[in-house]
Amino acid sequence: MAATETQFPPPKVLTYPASAPPSLVTQGAEGRLYKTTHLVPDRPCALKYRPPKPYRHPILDARLTKTRLASEAKVLERCWREGVPVPAVYVMDPAAGWMMMEWIDGHPVRVGINEWLGERPEEEGETETETPKPADEEPLVDLMRRVGAAVGALHRTGVVHGDLTTSNMMLRPREDAGQANGSTTGVDGVVDDKAKAVGGDVVLIDFGLATQSMSDEDRAVDLYVLERAFASTHPRAERLFATLLESYGSTFKKAPSVLVKLEDVRMRGRKRSMLG
Amino acid sequence: MDITKKKRRIALGCEGSANKLGIGVILHEGDLTDPSTCTSTVLSNVRHTFVSPPGTGFLPKDTAHHHRAFFARIAKQALADAHLSISDIDCICYTRGPGMGAPLTSVAIAARTLALLWGGKPLVGVNHCVGHIEMGRAITGADHPVVLYVSGGNTQVIAYAEQRYRIFGETLDIAVGNCLDRFARALAISNDPAPGYNIEQLAKRGGRVLLDLPYAVKGMDCSFSGILTRAEELAAQMKQANGGGGGGKGPDGEPFTGADLCFSLQETVFAMLVEITERAMAHVGSGQVLIVGGVGCNERLQEMMGAMAADRGGSVYATDERFCIDNGIMIAHAGLLAYETGFQTPIEDSTCTQRFRTDEVFVKWRK
Repeated sequence: MAATETQFPPPKVLTYPASAPPSLVTQGAEGRLYKTTHLVPDRPCALKYRPPKPYRHPILDARLTKTRLASEAKVLERCWREGVPVPAVYVMDPAAGWMMMEWIDGHPVRVGINEWLGERPEEEGETETETPKPADEEPLVDLMRRVGAAVGALHRTGVVHGDLTTSNMMLRPREDAGQANGSTTGVDGVVDDKAKAVGGDVVLIDFGLATQSMSDEDRAVDLYVLERAFASTHPRAERLFATLLESYGSTFKKAPSVLVKLEDVRMRGRKRSMLG
Repeated sequence: MDITKKKRRIALGCEGSANKLGIGVILHEGDLTDPSTCTSTVLSNVRHTFVSPPGTGFLPKDTAHHHRAFFARIAKQALADAHLSISDIDCICYTRGPGMGAPLTSVAIAARTLALLWGGKPLVGVNHCVGHIEMGRAITGADHPVVLYVSGGNTQVIAYAEQRYRIFGETLDIAVGNCLDRFARALAISNDPAPGYNIEQLAKRGGRVLLDLPYAVKGMDCSFSGILTRAEELAAQMKQANGGGGGGKGPDGEPFTGADLCFSLQETVFAMLVEITERAMAHVGSGQVLIVGGVGCNERLQEMMGAMAADRGGSVYATDERFCIDNGIMIAHAGLLAYETGFQTPIEDSTCTQRFRTDEVFVKWRK
C-alpha cells in the first residue's frame, strides 16, 4: 500500500498537518479510501474520496461527483437512523468530493469465511473435491444468518445496495467478546483463530451504487448479485447460501415475496436477448 | 486439401447487417500449430453505404434493395483489388447476425449464391460483434483488452474469458449510435458520410456551454433513450427560438446553437461509455481498452478513453473508419479464424438472425 500512496495526490483535506498521517486503504474504479482521524487523534475514520475524472467535462464531473456523494450520504444516514448496521457519516464536502465516516474495525466477511474454510482465495486450479464436512460448522452457519439479517434490515428500510459482495461487508469484533483489543488487523489481515474469524457484527459498507427502492424486483436483483458473487468467491460454502436466504426471509414482512421473485430473476439471468 | 495444413488461407467476407454493404478478402499465412508464425493481410476491403436524405433514417426495405443492387459490383471489385482468381478462395464468410432482417437476408442469399456458383465453397456464418472484436485485435495488436463495442445497433462492454466474449455491461434500451443518428435527424444533419461524423464536426464548433442532459449509468449498464428525448426537446426549443418564438436559452442566458447541442450530447454519452468501461477494467483487472464499432472512430471518444486509460496506467487501442465502420474484411477475418478450427455452416443451415448475442459464440481459436 505504501508504494501506491505517492502515486496519487491526496485530496486537499488530507494535506493539513495531522498527528497520524493518512494512509490509502484501497483504490477502486469509483474512488479512493483513506484512513485518517476525525477531530481527536484516537478516533480513526474512513475518508472516501472521488477524484475528478480527467476525461469528463469539468461541469459534468462536478455535477456527478456532488450528486453521487450526496445520495450515498443520504442513504447511509437513512440506514443509520433506522438501525441498519452501516458506518456513521461524520462530515462531508460534496463539492470537494469527499466524505468522512466511521472507521469499521475488523476484516471483510470474505476474509473471515476463507479463514474458516482454511484456503487462500487466490489459489485456483484446485478441483472441486468435496471437502469433509467439519464436525461443527455452527459459527459459519451463524455468520450466514447474521449476513441474511443485515441484508434484510437494509431492504426493510427501502434501500438496495447495488453491489452486495462478501467484500462489501465487514465483521466488527464485539467489544464484550473477552479480548478488549479485538481484531485490529487491516482490511486484508490474517486472523488466526478460526471461530473468531467468523465472529463479530456484520456491518455493510460501500454504498456507492445504492439506491432507494421498495420493489421486490430490485431487492431480488440485489440478492441475486450477492448469490453470484458468493458462489464465485466461496464455491466451497455455496450450499450455506440457503441459510442466508432463510434468515433473510424472516426479517421483514415482504421478504418471502422477494425470495419468490428471486426464483424468477435466477431463471431469467441478468441479460436478455436484445436488439438496439 | 485440409485447411489446417495449408500455409496460405484466403477468405472472402460479406457484411450487410445495416446500411453498409462491405466485401473484403483476407489472407492468413503461417503454420496453425504455431500461432506466433501466423499473420493476417488485408487483400481488399470494398464498401458501399446506403445514405438516406437528411431527417430520415434508413429503412430495412430500401437498405436491402441497395445491398441487392450493389452486391455483384462490390464482389467483383473486391476480387479485382485482391488480384485473385476464384479458385484461390478457401471459404465464403457472411454475417449471420445480429442486425436488420431484410439486409441480412439479402447478403446471406448472395453469399450462398457465390458459394454455389464458385463450385461449392464452404460457407461460414459469423457473429457481427465477434467480427468487430477480432478485426480490432488483429489491427491494433491488443492482446487481452476490455472491448467497448459501440455502433448504431450495439453498445456493449466485453471481455474474453474461457472461450467466450462475455458481456459485462450493455445498453438497457437503444444503442449509443442509434441515439446519435436519431438526434441528427432532429437537427436535419446530413447522413453523408455518416450522421455521427457530422455531429462530431459540428461539436467542434460548440463548447461555449454544457447543456444539462440526463446521465444514466447503472453499474456497468447504461441507457440512452432518456437522453435522446431530452436532446430532441432542446432541439425543438432551439428551432422555435430561431423562428422568433423565444425560448432555448443555455445556462448563461444566451441562446444555444446546434453545435452546443452536439457538443453537450457527445460529452454526456461518451462520459457514460468511458465510465462503464473503466468499471469493467477495474473488475477484470485489465489495462488495455479496445474500441470497435462505427462510433469508435469518433476522435473525441478516443481522446476521452485515452485520458481514462492513462489515469489507470493503461492504454487505448482504436482503429480508423476502414475497420471501425462495418466492413467485409472483419467478417472474412473472424470467419477464417473459425474455419481454421474446423467450423463450417452447412448450406441448409446458412440462415441469418436479427438476435445473436456476442456470448453465444464458442471461441475455439483463442486460448
